[in-house]
Amino acid sequence: MAGSTGFAPTADRLPDRRRPLPTRIRTAVLPVYTGLVVMYLFLPIVVMAVFGFNDIQGRFNFTWQGFTLEHWANLFNRYPALNQSLFNSLTVAVISTLVATTFGTLIGLALTRYEFRGRGPLNLLIFLPIATPEIVLGASLLALFVSAGVSRDLTTITIAHIMFNISFVVVTVRARIAGFDRALEEAAMDLGADELTTFRKVTFPLIFPGILAAGLLAFALSIDDFVITQFTAGQTTTFPLWVYGASRIGVPPQVNVMGTLIFLIALVGIVLWVAFQRRDMTARPTTLER
Amino acid sequence: MTEWLRHHRGLIPYLFLVPGGLWLIAFFVLPLLTAVSVALQEGSLGTGYRLTFNFGIFPEAIARWDDQLVRSLQYGLIVTALTMLIGYPMAYTIAFRGGRYKNILLLFVIMPFFTSFIIRTISWKFILADQGFFLGTLKDIGILDQGFRLLATPVAVISGITYNFLPFVVLPLYVALERINPKLIEAAEDLYASRTQAFLRVTLPLSISGVFAGSLLSFIPAVGDYLNAELLGSRNTTMIGNVIQRLYLVNNDYPQASALSLILMLGILVSVFLYRRLLRGQELTI
Repeated sequence: MAGSTGFAPTADRLPDRRRPLPTRIRTAVLPVYTGLVVMYLFLPIVVMAVFGFNDIQGRFNFTWQGFTLEHWANLFNRYPALNQSLFNSLTVAVISTLVATTFGTLIGLALTRYEFRGRGPLNLLIFLPIATPEIVLGASLLALFVSAGVSRDLTTITIAHIMFNISFVVVTVRARIAGFDRALEEAAMDLGADELTTFRKVTFPLIFPGILAAGLLAFALSIDDFVITQFTAGQTTTFPLWVYGASRIGVPPQVNVMGTLIFLIALVGIVLWVAFQRRDMTARPTTLER
Repeated sequence: MTEWLRHHRGLIPYLFLVPGGLWLIAFFVLPLLTAVSVALQEGSLGTGYRLTFNFGIFPEAIARWDDQLVRSLQYGLIVTALTMLIGYPMAYTIAFRGGRYKNILLLFVIMPFFTSFIIRTISWKFILADQGFFLGTLKDIGILDQGFRLLATPVAVISGITYNFLPFVVLPLYVALERINPKLIEAAEDLYASRTQAFLRVTLPLSISGVFAGSLLSFIPAVGDYLNAELLGSRNTTMIGNVIQRLYLVNNDYPQASALSLILMLGILVSVFLYRRLLRGQELTI
């Protein structure tokens, strides 16, 4: 073990260039491999982004024909139905996220903070929707709506999205509350706060990051959902459904542009979120090295 | 209200459960029960349906769609194996060698989700196209035969599904591997285990919870998937999801479609149960 940095697991390694070549190759295999998988994960996204700049002549956006910014400039004024579907997706995502996050958080609180009978069946009720293939969820909902004579529209889509999102919210929020120090609440109560005040001033702020993470997950799942939406949509289109319909006759490059924009917005959001979290954390050394 | 609650403290958790619980009962349990009842009905949209307790529909549906059922199971298993093979080394690298790049690497793993599932699949259709940028170039150089194609083959469908669910496998594997204390592996090596032995007898068994979660997260959606088979496949790659979707949304054959989707769900629950027993057995033998 070499000297003062003995805590670090890599401290007994020699500097790169002094190690023999076979060792260097062996240690490089995994990082290189991981890099290749990352490239594989990004390949379709890069293709999507690039072909949003393609100066296509006909209907098919399959071969590269030259660079243009036209589709970015005419993002919203070519396909009104596409705009409507994007708006529908956002509406469903916002409503289902708000409702599912509220319902799911309440269940998460009940599961982690209270003793009650019926925990086993409840856990099953939470777990089963996650373990059921989407097509079964969608098909069964369609069976219900058809039997009850309910016509399918934005409302039925939203109902379905709330349903599949609740379980994911419960799981996410529960994980966060599980690592929660109850002594903090007791301290608040000892200092004279009543239960509601304790919840508002202590409990809620502490579990809020978990709720926010659950909400983001629910939003992402909702806005991208295809299978369950297809079964519960009737004649209504959402963004994924519109793209699916267009894929038979040729997807217009505006879809690539919107996909790229959504990707960039999500990326910026995540980066800001991480930066916010990092600033939030009190300064604490993450490594003992250097 | 608060006064009343103070006297009935035991009711608070149930109040918390009511909205979400009722929602799940109304829109998850009830639909499943409806699907059971629809499967047992006979008739058509025109003539109306009658409940005839036609349990024969289940063996009938299995016999009629056996090709698609078997194919879905095969594809599901192959996809799960592939995602594990591709995902495990990656999760291992991030967990043990990630260092300060850990978070950014994890971000890379989830970033594909920022793009719509359907757009990514259409992108693959483009990438795998016969005369597309990739295959076309390889054919022009002469590396590939002109008649070579990927689109509309099982390879395209399986690789499409594998791509879609790979992140679902890497994340739980990473969580399980991250928890392992590296000192345990060092200890194994100090006790003269080779690197392979240390991996097989320490790292792998300790990460088995991630293997379990990851393989379920890839197997379940893979078996039920129909989008990849539809966009990247052909008539010879039809999966059970495609059949259910067509029966429901095109043919309006609700009894048959409900029966098939229940068979799919039951099949998956049985596989999950068996798999859990299998892994638990393995844990005991190591």
